[in-house]
Amino acid sequence: MYNNCELIVQKKYEIRPDKIITNITFEETIKSVMNLHEYQGKEILKSYGVPVQEGIVVDNIDNAEAAAKELTEKTGTGWYVVKAQIHAGGRGKGTCEESGSHGVVIAKGLGEVNEKVKGILGNHLTTLQTNGVGKKVNKVLIAEDVYAPDFDKCDEFYMSVLLNRETGRNIIMYSTEGGMNIEDVAENTPHLIHKEEIDPKVGIQGFQCRKIAFNLGLTGTAMKNMTKFVKALYTAYEGCDASMFEINPVLKDCEDRIKAVDAKVTLDDNALYRHPNYEAMRDTSEENPIDVEAKEAGLNYVNLDGNVGCMVNGAGLAMSTMDIIKLSGGEPANFLDVGGTADAERVAKAFNIILKDENVKGILVNIFGGIVRCDRVANGVVQAYKTIGNIKVPIIVRLQGTNAVEAKEIIDNSGLNVYSAITLQDAADRVKELILN
Amino acid sequence: MSVLVNKDSKVIVQGFTGSEGSFHAGQMIEYGTNVVGGVTPGKGGQTHLDKPVFNTVSEAVAKTGADVSILFVPPAFAADAIMEAAEGGIKVIVCITEGIPVADMVKVKEYLCDKDTTLIGPNCPGVMTAGEAKVGIMPGFIFNKGTIGIVSKSGTLTYEAVDQITKIGLGQTTAIGIGGDPIIGTTTKDAVKLLMNDPETEGIIMIGEIGGNLEAEAGKWIKENGTKPVVAFIAGETAPAGRTMGHAGAIVGGHDDTAAAKKAILRSCGVHVVDSPAEIGKKMAEVLGVTA
Repeated sequence: MYNNCELIVQKKYEIRPDKIITNITFEETIKSVMNLHEYQGKEILKSYGVPVQEGIVVDNIDNAEAAAKELTEKTGTGWYVVKAQIHAGGRGKGTCEESGSHGVVIAKGLGEVNEKVKGILGNHLTTLQTNGVGKKVNKVLIAEDVYAPDFDKCDEFYMSVLLNRETGRNIIMYSTEGGMNIEDVAENTPHLIHKEEIDPKVGIQGFQCRKIAFNLGLTGTAMKNMTKFVKALYTAYEGCDASMFEINPVLKDCEDRIKAVDAKVTLDDNALYRHPNYEAMRDTSEENPIDVEAKEAGLNYVNLDGNVGCMVNGAGLAMSTMDIIKLSGGEPANFLDVGGTADAERVAKAFNIILKDENVKGILVNIFGGIVRCDRVANGVVQAYKTIGNIKVPIIVRLQGTNAVEAKEIIDNSGLNVYSAITLQDAADRVKELILN
Repeated sequence: MSVLVNKDSKVIVQGFTGSEGSFHAGQMIEYGTNVVGGVTPGKGGQTHLDKPVFNTVSEAVAKTGADVSILFVPPAFAADAIMEAAEGGIKVIVCITEGIPVADMVKVKEYLCDKDTTLIGPNCPGVMTAGEAKVGIMPGFIFNKGTIGIVSKSGTLTYEAVDQITKIGLGQTTAIGIGGDPIIGTTTKDAVKLLMNDPETEGIIMIGEIGGNLEAEAGKWIKENGTKPVVAFIAGETAPAGRTMGHAGAIVGGHDDTAAAKKAILRSCGVHVVDSPAEIGKKMAEVLGVTA
């Protein structure tokens, strides 16, 4: 069930800490955050003074060796970590369809760079979070080997920053169990996950940063560096209006330096107006093309596996409409919220998007006209139907609210394969009778 | 009685002269709401919709005695406007604005915690006391004065419930749209409490959706303190969970955030849960022993 949708939602919410803290509503999963690639997240962190594993991003194999050389000049690294840049987690364990390479690999010297990059760039990478469908890798990050020279002297930690919805305050969640799946840590050893809440009145305090460093078992220089790291990380979180940061792992290297080795950063879409430079970081190639089309048309759309399409105003009513389709014996083919203005143009766009799904045997339109007048919506539906021309499935239009009776007449007199309903129960009965019989 | 707003409420509109503010303020006045003026910084001294415009909330409160404010302020300025309302002495702040940055609301929540004020929303359809005051964007004509209180996260689904209650002949006391943002001023539980304590309200309808734990929290409160029947519908039985529940959910009680889990919790708390959104009104009539 809902394979497509899970993909979409996972893609938008690949980061896990939110589940550990508290759950998000469906409405929020379909909007309001912008995902970034690792290299973009690290750029933002760096701009706030957070030390990160350095790297250079390439989108063309021809530039790979030069990038690696440049990185060695800058950092002195002898080995390189080649990392696929896609909006999905689990890259290290994921596999490229074409080459069989993992999504994160080590090149042990300049001589191996080309071969390793070739194994990932342009390939389709499948991970636990891509839901069986490989995602094309358009960019790879060639990063320094931060574990050299003595891997055994390094320590890995976990750290994330996010909103605790129950208290309405941001928290830093951290653990000594870095580099692991944090959900497993939370499930098996919850006492190893710590949370530090930030008081919005005064912001993050030094004692909190120190507490985190000590709880992570650090002393001396490493403790001091971690204190600075935490302070800078939280400052970055507030500064860029993030929805979530997840740094896994945070590394203590053999010289007691603290670095972000990975960075999953999502930004609050609603606050992007304050950061016009981040808007350019949006990678629409990571989004489903139908999603992008819907978004451009101002529609909230999620494709599902069912056979009855629906078009509704309001997210809550849209979910209820899906429920009523199910109760009538059908399966919802989509979630679609047309928002406040259901004019002919928008209705036509919504129909076009719904009808791209070949499983759709009929469409239920459910509009509760409060401010929106139902007769206008009815005219919009009729006009959209005529514009599209070759709609082969029945459409049931349930219009309730302002001018519902006039709207019903418009639908009934249209002479089209469009049927009217006024109450929600009528609509449900019509679905059963016209679509599912 | 009713809750939050009534015919004696003196309402000001922040963002009064903007297009949204003008339209909805007009609708509110038409419904009979006692709108005493509005606030648009820089336009103080003017008259709009035959009501005075003020530069600041404090001034509006001083001159009109306003105790309720409704906000149609753009998202970038909404947090500031909420705090201004609280500072100005407004008792009930209704924020309609959608799309306020979460970081702004973190500050607002903190700012309001020691103020004697109730915030409804943001990102909500407002509060409506049937036949008395409309402080929101709900369509007035579907309401009819009666005995049922309504609490809901969503807009049009609230209208659906209101409409069913009117059609079945019961009518409403107050409908409260609490909003769907990550940080909201009044939770489902808070709103249910208000209605439970309202002598005019005889039954409560609670409309929720998947995600979060607001309804479960309210359910637990109802189990301990409920004195009136509550009918609930949780939208999203068929909506994709999207996030794999189960593992992380076990840690902070996330198991209860699917529609099925929420319904089970509510049922165990003595709430009358309907599976079909078409049966909200019917169920309430049945529970109250009223024939439609």
